Amino acid sequence: MGLFSFLKKKKNDDAVRDSDGTSDEQLDQKLERTRGRFASGLVNLFTGGSKIDEDLLEELENELITADLGVPVTERVIESLQSRVTPDQSQESDGLRQALRAELINILQPVESPLEIPDSPDPFVILVVGVNGSGKTTTIGKLARQLTDGGQSVMLAAGDTFRAAAVEQLQTWGERNNVTVVAQGSGADSASVIFDALQSAKARNIDVLIADTAGRLHTQDGLMDELRKVKRVMTKLDGNAPHETLIVLDGGTGQNALNQARSFHEAMQLDGMVVTKLDGTAKGGIVFAIAQELGIPLRFIGVGERVEDLRVFQAQEFVDALLAG
Amino acid sequence: MFNSLSDRLGRTIKNLSGQGRLTESNIKDTLREVRMALLEADVALPVVKQFTDSVRNKALGKEVMQSLSPGQALVKVVHDELVVLMGEENSALDLSSQPPAIVLMAGLQGAGKTTTVGKLATFLKERHKKKVMVVSCDIYRPAAIKQLQTVAETAGAAFHPSDAEQQPVSIAREAVQAAKREFADVLLVDTAGRLAVDEQMMAEIKELHDELKPIETLFVVDSMTGQDAANTAKVFGEALPLTGVVLTKTDGDARGGAALSVRMITGKPIKFLGSGEKLDALEPFHPERVASRILDMGDVVSLVEEVEAKVDKTKAERLAKKFKKGKAFDLYDLRDQLEQVEKMGGMQSLMEKMPGAGKMADAMKSGANDKEMAHMIAIINSMTPQERRYPAILKGSRKKRVAAGSGLQVQDVNRLLKQHAQMSKMMKRASKMGMNKMLRGMQGKLPPGMGF
Repeated sequence: MGLFSFLKKKKNDDAVRDSDGTSDEQLDQKLERTRGRFASGLVNLFTGGSKIDEDLLEELENELITADLGVPVTERVIESLQSRVTPDQSQESDGLRQALRAELINILQPVESPLEIPDSPDPFVILVVGVNGSGKTTTIGKLARQLTDGGQSVMLAAGDTFRAAAVEQLQTWGERNNVTVVAQGSGADSASVIFDALQSAKARNIDVLIADTAGRLHTQDGLMDELRKVKRVMTKLDGNAPHETLIVLDGGTGQNALNQARSFHEAMQLDGMVVTKLDGTAKGGIVFAIAQELGIPLRFIGVGERVEDLRVFQAQEFVDALLAG
Repeated sequence: MFNSLSDRLGRTIKNLSGQGRLTESNIKDTLREVRMALLEADVALPVVKQFTDSVRNKALGKEVMQSLSPGQALVKVVHDELVVLMGEENSALDLSSQPPAIVLMAGLQGAGKTTTVGKLATFLKERHKKKVMVVSCDIYRPAAIKQLQTVAETAGAAFHPSDAEQQPVSIAREAVQAAKREFADVLLVDTAGRLAVDEQMMAEIKELHDELKPIETLFVVDSMTGQDAANTAKVFGEALPLTGVVLTKTDGDARGGAALSVRMITGKPIKFLGSGEKLDALEPFHPERVASRILDMGDVVSLVEEVEAKVDKTKAERLAKKFKKGKAFDLYDLRDQLEQVEKMGGMQSLMEKMPGAGKMADAMKSGANDKEMAHMIAIINSMTPQERRYPAILKGSRKKRVAAGSGLQVQDVNRLLKQHAQMSKMMKRASKMGMNKMLRGMQGKLPPGMGF
């Protein structure tokens, strides 16, 4: 079938859920801290069936702001909630809670779209981009392992030729998981490394090639041009490559993540994103703003150090984990 | 990075100054705007609250009443309050212990600890002539130790080798011995990135701290961090007796609210800003300047220092002398000027530091920009020495040759010559009426590259 099917388990699929109950629990656990802080505020708001009033809405607004949803999205959510209740109509907080959940899911639902790898004789090329320190190499390591476990043959391209020991870092991941890493060493031309890797992946009938790139701030025009070149060079071997340009965002990043997504999208036409480091107290609420403005599919979330902690994103689960008390 | 916040606050304050008088209600509206601006800049909510509360209290008091313009008064209150938040002084590293002075780095994954170690090593070695040794206690991330080794080689610092099989505490212990043995002045200790909620890892870094007893414990924070900066700073601040903060990746377009949050919550001074990929891209932190930049009141102090450090004094003096003698301003002089501006990071970076220039810098993106400066230099480089000295001899066929040589159009050559003619006119006038008046006269018609 060739689909990335093991990542497509639906929540309501009981059979699958049973066999995989642990990992759902893990996500619950991982997001619990997030949820805990988020929810404790919300629960305080909603207990005792208190009526909706300005103070309540303001507190709610603060909670969303604290979760990094940002001012515009928060305002939109609050307005939407307000429109559900007339000023003199009192409503139980429980209703407000359902309305909030629905509103948040509503925003994220359109970007819930797991990465699917079609059956094709040509390697499926995933190009991974992002700012410095967002977790690109680690994400690649985990993804490579998951794909290998799913029966795909995987090759990695060490396209981060700038940062000290980035090549070695990727090679270590490759060795641990028996995955070939194509590298030319530090200082080499990133586009040429990735070109070589694609050539070799084609020759060896590899299913998936994942290309790492150096972290770069989206404001550095020269480095963004370099990325465009990587893409251009690839198309010489395969007109459709890269099949998936994936941006990795640090879940702890605030409103700047939107700028990052915008700039990389403009330069590279992103196909998907990954949000990492959601196992701490960071809430990753900026995904709501990105979903609203850019609609880039959110493929994975990173909720821990282990390979299986790179999880397929599911809107409902994500929002529930945020809101559940 | 603080620019966008400057813009936002600039607008807010402009709105306010149009209103003549402050009332309870328009203070409320304006404070809500300030609050929103700070939130958009990723300042943590509790910090924003504290800030707006204290601005409100001060603004409603006599300070505003005594002032001539309510707008000015509020700018002052907001600015003073920002300065209080940012801390009031520039703090250098404290290395006054029996050598080796030990510096411990701590922070989340991907904050930039290892790069910062490389930058600090370069800084201490070159500015303070210290013998620096570095060691990595990151046994978790693949190739982290190798990364530090490479960085150390580039920085010219001694590297104490460690191994992912060792325990961090024993690596630290050995490194201190080695630093003593080799008479290093400073030992920089890199650690693994860790989440504040990871109790095991937080315990590990506490152990490291107990073992090392560092004189400096620096918390490294990504300037793009959102609201979580508050939580993280709080936990790290409680776990470790931090002595300072390093703010990284400030060369992006993040609004930098994390700087306010972390400073406020840890109460520790921000000591350095990481501002680029290279190892010399580390700037000392001047709270007053950053607060001023946030308010778009200009960063005149930094500008002056930067100009002093980078402008080639002899060339500047030569130019001044030439003017005094009443000699013509030729294309050699113009090229010198353009190159000076380029050396200072280009027009864009220069403009950002000038008062009220946030909007101007934006405007320049569309019009006269750094690219145009490069073109101007290319045009001048395509001329013969005689043409540079006597631009008047450039007629049709010479212009065509110069345009072809520089890869540009004859119109571009004409534009350069016109700009040069205007400038040399101004220069002539300047030698008669003195520099100050000239600068005033130049405002508004300043061609690129003629900042001073």
